[in-house]
Amino acid sequence: MTEFEYAAPTSVAEAARLLSQAKGRAKILAGGTDLLVQLREGLRHADLVVDVKRIPSMTEIRQESSGSWRIGAATPCQQIENHPGIRSSYPALADAVRIIGGWQIKNRATLGGNLCTSSPAGDSLPALIASHAEGIIAGEDGSTRRVPMESFCTGPGKNVLQDGELLEAFVLPAPPAGSSGAYLRFIPRHEMDIAVVGCGAMLAVTNGKITAARIGLGAVAPTPLFAEQASQGLLGQVPSRDIFAQAGEQSRAIARPISDMRSPADYRTHLVGVLVKRSLEIAFRRIQGESIDPLHHSWTAESSSL
Amino acid sequence: MSDQSQGSTVPDEEAEKISGALSTDDSNGFGRRSFLKGSGLAAMAAGVGTAAIPAGTAQAALVAMGPGPVEIALDVDGKQVKTSVEPRVTLLDALRDYLQITAAKRVCDRGTCGACTVLIDGKIIYACSMLAVEAVGKKITTARGLMNGDELHPVQAAFWEKDASQCGFCTPGFVVACSAVLAKNPKSTFEDLKKSVDGNICRCGTYEQMFQVFELLTQRGK
Repeated sequence: MTEFEYAAPTSVAEAARLLSQAKGRAKILAGGTDLLVQLREGLRHADLVVDVKRIPSMTEIRQESSGSWRIGAATPCQQIENHPGIRSSYPALADAVRIIGGWQIKNRATLGGNLCTSSPAGDSLPALIASHAEGIIAGEDGSTRRVPMESFCTGPGKNVLQDGELLEAFVLPAPPAGSSGAYLRFIPRHEMDIAVVGCGAMLAVTNGKITAARIGLGAVAPTPLFAEQASQGLLGQVPSRDIFAQAGEQSRAIARPISDMRSPADYRTHLVGVLVKRSLEIAFRRIQGESIDPLHHSWTAESSSL
Repeated sequence: MSDQSQGSTVPDEEAEKISGALSTDDSNGFGRRSFLKGSGLAAMAAGVGTAAIPAGTAQAALVAMGPGPVEIALDVDGKQVKTSVEPRVTLLDALRDYLQITAAKRVCDRGTCGACTVLIDGKIIYACSMLAVEAVGKKITTARGLMNGDELHPVQAAFWEKDASQCGFCTPGFVVACSAVLAKNPKSTFEDLKKSVDGNICRCGTYEQMFQVFELLTQRGK
């Protein structure tokens, strides 16, 4: 690792001032699971490393009076996975952070780090899109702006953050009544791999009809995608396997994946259809009160609720 | 130790040394001039420190440091140890190469294999993927620190009884990871213990013996 200075500010204002004065030569350290490896391997460079874990507002999870939840950007995945409020309100996010890595990674890796690394395959991103999350970005002059998850990444490893800005927190609106969600990831082995395709889904059902739906896709385009048309197509429908399969077909239309060592492009497109259908089914069955572990294949058995 | 409530273990005289590093003119033999100083940031950073918190406390010192060596105190296996590291030094390198505490092993050095697993305030992390300066004020426990004097920790004893290692280099990491789950729930199931080591790799392939360890620990936990 080449040498750098280290700062651990205790407020967002201090951090933003450090970042703006560093004029692009600073890197933000949250969990360090990406940054420290990349610095050591020379993939990234920093003259100043700003550790944001001593900033209280960036490491806490709290519910706001409106019912929405605020998750500090430097909150470790393990804390999110174990949070009862997050688990019950945003099952897709809980699913995603649960499989993001092993214990050692989850105790360090943060939600903000996953987003700001801006990998198209980042596991939490489709789940955050499905949860209708926004990022709160703090600027050097004390201002803040909000960016919806689906607009945050601009390309592989690229995002909307400007020099002197930092991602402070996520805001997730209160989930609609009668809703649940799921995140599914396809990987060639059982655990511990980068997504070939990831899919986050949120579904709400009232009086037997779908009243809200959001589908987020990962690893099928340069950035994570919001499958807007497929999501809107579900509104007003009666939940069924056919309807979910249709949403899968519509989602395939927006996938524009690459071929690489993990998968050829056409197989990724195929997987979009499968994962959208299955994640919607899990979301629906969770609404019906079923307890489903997406990692356990027993859930695919026929259910009486569909 | 005026700052215990903040969880810091850096004594005041240590903190002053660190503070000193903010404004030194790189007279420590390091040729490269301070980045912060060059950009006029050192004065600002020091100003923020004194404004926000009483001067001389460990937290003030943490506002900015390096890139040259800084004095730090770490709490390793229940003992306060002091060393001088550049901010770029990882916790693993600080433990092994600066403090000669070698229970955590360096294998992949990129957050993948788990040989360097240590407990930080009771939670397992990869010591190769954390800076030593980040660990100031936290309780660090290596596989050696799990022992009670000369007495093996139950997980260590079970690994010994079942001969669950071949070359043994990954073993301390496995032991620490397994102990963390057992500490949380002494009645952990076999599946819990199997999952406890999902961030660790044994290249000799002694998993079969480890499963015997988990069975033994499950029996003893009942």
